[in-house]
Amino acid sequence: MTIPQELEAHPTVRKLREWNAAAMVEAWQDRGELTVVVPRQWLRRVCEFLCNDPELQFNLLSDLSAVDRFPLEPRFEVNYHLVSIVRRDRLRLKVRVEGDAATVETVTTVWPTANWHEREVFDLMGIRFEGHPDLRRILMPEDWEGHPLRKDYPVTGYR
Amino acid sequence: MGSTINTPVGTTETLVLNMGPQHPSTHGVLRLVLELDGETVVRARPEIGYLHTGIEKNCEALTYSQAITLTDRIDYLAPLSNNLGYCLAVEKLLGLEVPKRAQYIRVLLTELTRIASHLVWLGTHAHELGAMSVFLYCFREREEIMKIFEYVSGQRMMTSYFRIGGLALEPPPGWLEMVERFVRIFPARMQEYEDLLTENRIWQMRTKGVGHLRADDAIALGVTGPTLRGSGVAYDVRKAFPYSSYDEFDFRVCTRPEGDCYARYLVRLDEMRESLNIIRQVLERNLNDGPFRAEAPGVIPPSREKMKTEMEALIYHFKIFTEGFSPPPGEVYQTIESPRGELGVYVASDGSPRPFRVHFRAPSFVNLQALPRLVEGRLLADVVACIGTIDIVLGEVDR
Repeated sequence: MTIPQELEAHPTVRKLREWNAAAMVEAWQDRGELTVVVPRQWLRRVCEFLCNDPELQFNLLSDLSAVDRFPLEPRFEVNYHLVSIVRRDRLRLKVRVEGDAATVETVTTVWPTANWHEREVFDLMGIRFEGHPDLRRILMPEDWEGHPLRKDYPVTGYR
Repeated sequence: MGSTINTPVGTTETLVLNMGPQHPSTHGVLRLVLELDGETVVRARPEIGYLHTGIEKNCEALTYSQAITLTDRIDYLAPLSNNLGYCLAVEKLLGLEVPKRAQYIRVLLTELTRIASHLVWLGTHAHELGAMSVFLYCFREREEIMKIFEYVSGQRMMTSYFRIGGLALEPPPGWLEMVERFVRIFPARMQEYEDLLTENRIWQMRTKGVGHLRADDAIALGVTGPTLRGSGVAYDVRKAFPYSSYDEFDFRVCTRPEGDCYARYLVRLDEMRESLNIIRQVLERNLNDGPFRAEAPGVIPPSREKMKTEMEALIYHFKIFTEGFSPPPGEVYQTIESPRGELGVYVASDGSPRPFRVHFRAPSFVNLQALPRLVEGRLLADVVACIGTIDIVLGEVDR
């Protein structure tokens, strides 16, 4: 676990660490934004904790999107941008996913809004969400081949 | 098998009806698959993607400045809001400070955009529920705003007027008089819409108690903007996470507790008044003197005069327009309050002159997901009212 000294006292980092030190791999603050990297197997439980903890109350999932770092491995990063409406606070959760087993647990049980976001990430990046109630393509036609936002998918021309 | 004309009526069998993709009240190409029991909607399923143009993928092939032109086309009813969200994100990536004058002009123009966008919403929403004249009135005033945009940026809709570090051009002389004139006439015009709708019995019957959304459901579904505030949650990005000097202006976050279509209608009307209020406050500032964009050699194009007299400026000018600029590696997520809700722009840089990844958290995309919650269990006729009231733009839903 690598957490810079100045973040030790950050309320979100401190609470998360008190709850479960294994649920945080890395944390940093860059350009005023806090990022916490979570191991894949802990993701859903971390989300449940952040959403329901009375002191944190990250009750709004603002955004869920993915980045493809191809050809690096782990290839994918899934970013969860959380908002606490009451505390006026933001947080980015990050999960790193290997390319050959691109699956993440769904967070639709925590925030129902994740449903379409996860479908979009599945459609355009090809990451599967375990336990998702309706994992179908959402923007591309259902018989489309490939996942357009992957870096090995060309912008123009034939695949 | 589905039912046919010969199926006896009064049975429990339901009927599946496709509404759209080409339907006059779907605000673009939205397809709704409705399961009906008589006239009651049992289940609704929005099918989207008909306007998907791959804007996020295309951004990766353009330089940071070139990508601005694509942001206009995401939400084509509020192009300046998209410009602002994207520019703020890249400025955050660069650590760039925008001059106050440019920030104020950005606030003024995005608030005008909010009014223009709400006017299109009000006109089309009322039109769908049978009030024709409101549509004509709203588009009359929207045209005034379009004229201001055209005068300032050269374009009515695809303005691309906000650039990284400030504005594209020095605003032309006389534009503030046009804004002042609009601010003078608009309150009386708003009264005209209110006279036609607010106390209108038909309007109230079509919207009161229709499309109810509870506050906790709205948050769980990620709904933001006027739709969330119509359910009584006072969450506005301009207040919660101020950007572009919004914290210097005094305005109210308009909410209504009822959570129905009528409440959302009242919230948007209130918001137009508050936008006007913000514009009045901006007009009191000095908008005529000072730089309209930041000074950052190698990132912001130098002024025309400098380019023609200084060798270094000429080199920068050439480099910016041929290869672009390279922000330090990192990632940012910048949100603004667009007319439809929280617009989030995620930009990741790998240190090259093209964005590594751009993602738009489109408020319409998220809000549309709540539509089944509004219409299930209600009459088919209410579906039209509910589509109108969440104010979606399909260009933004599909991107």
